[in-house]
Amino acid sequence: MGRIGTLLAALTAMIALAGPASAQGHAAPMEPSAVPLPVQPQRVVSMNLCTDQLAMMLAAPGQLLSVSHLAADPRGSAMAEDAKAYRINRGLAEEIWLMQPDLVIAGSFSTRATVDMLRRLGVRVVILRPAYGLDDIPDRLREMGTALGRMDAAEAAVTDFNTRLTALRDEVARRPRAALYYANGYTSGDKTLAGEIIATAGFTNIAAEAGLPSGGHLPLEVLAMAQPEAVITGRPYPGASRSEEVLDHPAVQALRNTSVGAVLTDRDWICGTPHVLRAIDDMRNTRRRMEAE
Amino acid sequence: MKPLMLILVPLIVVLCLSSLVIGPAGVGPVESLRALVAGDEGPLTLVMREIRLPRMILAVAIGASLGLAGAAMQGYLRNPLAEPGLIGVSGSAALGAVLSIQTGLSAAFALALPFSALAGAVIAVLLLLALAGPRGGSLTLILAGIAISAMAGALTSLVLNLSPNPFAANEIVFWMMGSLTDRSMLHVWLALPIMVVGWALLLPLARPLEALTLGEDAAASMGINLVRLRWQVVLGTACVVGAGTAVAGAIGFIGLIVPHVLRPLVGARPGPLLITSALGGAAMLLAADIAVRVVLPGRDLKLGVLTALVGAPFFLHLVWRTGRTPV
Repeated sequence: MGRIGTLLAALTAMIALAGPASAQGHAAPMEPSAVPLPVQPQRVVSMNLCTDQLAMMLAAPGQLLSVSHLAADPRGSAMAEDAKAYRINRGLAEEIWLMQPDLVIAGSFSTRATVDMLRRLGVRVVILRPAYGLDDIPDRLREMGTALGRMDAAEAAVTDFNTRLTALRDEVARRPRAALYYANGYTSGDKTLAGEIIATAGFTNIAAEAGLPSGGHLPLEVLAMAQPEAVITGRPYPGASRSEEVLDHPAVQALRNTSVGAVLTDRDWICGTPHVLRAIDDMRNTRRRMEAE
Repeated sequence: MKPLMLILVPLIVVLCLSSLVIGPAGVGPVESLRALVAGDEGPLTLVMREIRLPRMILAVAIGASLGLAGAAMQGYLRNPLAEPGLIGVSGSAALGAVLSIQTGLSAAFALALPFSALAGAVIAVLLLLALAGPRGGSLTLILAGIAISAMAGALTSLVLNLSPNPFAANEIVFWMMGSLTDRSMLHVWLALPIMVVGWALLLPLARPLEALTLGEDAAASMGINLVRLRWQVVLGTACVVGAGTAVAGAIGFIGLIVPHVLRPLVGARPGPLLITSALGGAAMLLAADIAVRVVLPGRDLKLGVLTALVGAPFFLHLVWRTGRTPV
């Protein structure tokens, strides 16, 4: 016990000493907006659900080595089938280091400690912020293209995305009022990806009139009083949770009886990738069904 | 005792009405109450009947249950520190509830939820009595309670972390702190019948508990069946705490504070303290539930946060006093 204690103390001291020094050594900016890389990285590991999907879309064959386990989970990933072709990581520094990557791509919500550890070990890490709206998606595609050294593929994807997005915008005579309502009573406002998806599909989001322009907790009774024509909820995960129970509350059920019924968001809504076009298309069809009735 | 009732009952009525008219929807009180009673099937009626009414009923029922259970346990164990939350009964009930939700039992059979919480509570009370004994000192009781709480809390966290549902792990705080947000009439029907059984078991204990103040032998000579008394306390406490915890999580400290505040007012007699504590508990939980809505509207502040902020200093004061004057 005493020896282990001494060892631990020594280790802690070493880490404490080494930490700031090596952190300074790697303080160079890692943002992808820096100068494009002359060479394409050949062993790329992505550790975030959204960067996984962008990387799978843009990487050259053989360039992408591993994606996160979430990318292979069809509940949250729009590209779960594609992800089977790659090695799966769980976002732990140790396993990623053993893959000997020359580039790691992380999201800005990836574990701070893991990213710092990889950088201390000398691995190049690029961090992509999540897309908070449709406008961010071309930026993210370009950032990913730059990181992978695949700028042409990124530009092609951006052009394709913009064309398809324009085609999805309808002239809407009447915008039905819709509520986005997730587990724990959270809602998304207009300034979010989900908010822009339903706005593009021709809905008015009730979050703004409830005083939540950027989303937040929408009290159940405010939702009930607002009487939206459509309640768009998340698809429940397997295994029960009290957080999702509110989606089956009698007050929410009553709203479903008076509007189009249950409308569910799914994996196409989660990440800022061109897959959101499918979500917009689905919602547009829902709106057209409502108008036809 | 009579004048105390004359204060507590109107207080509860006022708090019930306040609980019904306070909410984020921001509708006038008269209009809200008319929608509740008249019922024009509009959205306001839905809000009043499906959201605010169940919340008010649960606050009254669970508050009364916790006050009553605290008074009964303190009377039976003759120990001022006995409280269902502190000694792990609520925590074990929460574990039972979580197990039934996560195994899918409660989805298959709705009553499984309160019954498994009840089973958790029974196990905890029996363990406590076995460890501390009916005449166990404060220290033994509290230590046994801490051990049971810690174990139940750890197992609850484990079960929720093992769940495939990403939201489940975040619910640890609900089960440990309790909340009445967004409950429905379904929860009322699940919990209320079992709580009524618990009240029926605990409220008639006034005379046996009074007799017990003279000591077990004296009580037995007065014709009190000690075995029956013991089981009535165990099952009654488990019923009220289990059913309440199953739908609202573990709300602590009410069973500690309420009997203590009211005890001097009933002449320190455990008998009258039972019904008085039930009323006081209902008033306190109603007030706490109104406070969480007024202090941080729309943020779902957990009830247990508030009751612990009031209760923990109180508990420290009791520990300090108990340590100085040997019971």
